[in-house]
Amino acid sequence: MINLKEKNCLVTGGSRGIGKSIALTLAKAGANVAITYASSADAAAEVVKNIENEGVKGISYQADAVQFDRAEEVISDIVENWGSLNVVVNNAGITKDNLILRMDEKAWDDVITTNLKSVFNYSKAAAKPMMRARGGSIINISSVVGLSGNAGQSNYAASKAGIVGFTKSYAKELASRNIRANVVAPGYILTEMTENLNEKVLEAIKEETPLGRAGTPEEVSNVVAFLASDISSYITGEVIRVDGGMAM
Amino acid sequence: MSQDVEAKVKSIIVDKLGVDESEVVADANFTNDLGADSLDTVELIMEFEKEFDISIPDEDAENIATVGDAIEYIQEKS
Repeated sequence: MINLKEKNCLVTGGSRGIGKSIALTLAKAGANVAITYASSADAAAEVVKNIENEGVKGISYQADAVQFDRAEEVISDIVENWGSLNVVVNNAGITKDNLILRMDEKAWDDVITTNLKSVFNYSKAAAKPMMRARGGSIINISSVVGLSGNAGQSNYAASKAGIVGFTKSYAKELASRNIRANVVAPGYILTEMTENLNEKVLEAIKEETPLGRAGTPEEVSNVVAFLASDISSYITGEVIRVDGGMAM
Repeated sequence: MSQDVEAKVKSIIVDKLGVDESEVVADANFTNDLGADSLDTVELIMEFEKEFDISIPDEDAENIATVGDAIEYIQEKS
């Protein structure tokens, strides 16, 4: 049902976790997929191989998402090679958890810039190509933590809440050019990022989740594919939780 | 050459903003006189960049408010 043929997509932080799953789901739906990665070159090469196995084009870029100029370079290169850019998924993100009382300045700054400034970098760089193409879809990966807060994650929650405000502003600014922008807010999803949580925290998370289990990366990437495709053409400025009911 | 630039700039503006050629005079302001919204002005700049094969940085673009500004800037650049 979801058809992304002829669509050129970029997924930041696409070598691991939810980003990897998003990249592969978009490729399976027929899209050409570019990914960025910060440091895992081997993992990125593997993802590109898997993308190409779907019979579509794949490419990876080493890019620290906080670098403003690099975002412009990456996107110019995609447009040069593939002719246009139709979808950007801002997925790159990190955590540096601590109680506010113990959180140092660096932990705050690193998380805010990596998770929030990166969204500005890539969304801004994508705006002109999308205006030229007379349309596009930006999908920003937030978190339920950004909607309801979480003890020990004030920096992460602030960055993820910031993404919601940014996305809605972007959606309003560019709606007249048929460029849509939406947020996907995952709850507890099984990835490398969450596997470090201890048993007690995991149990508590499951208890708070009405569906009673953790989600899979595919359950997130299916929603991203929907928002990337034209079947969601009347949806913009929306926040879709994929959290088993956790934050309702 | 400068005549060329002027004519080309004017025709891009007429085309992009859907205004009458007679309105596109040197001191006509894109926003106040020619009815451009903020995205229209961005698109105009993008169109100038493409047509004249130049790059107009954001800080310069902010100072291009009138037809005359655009012609003068492009003549200097190209």
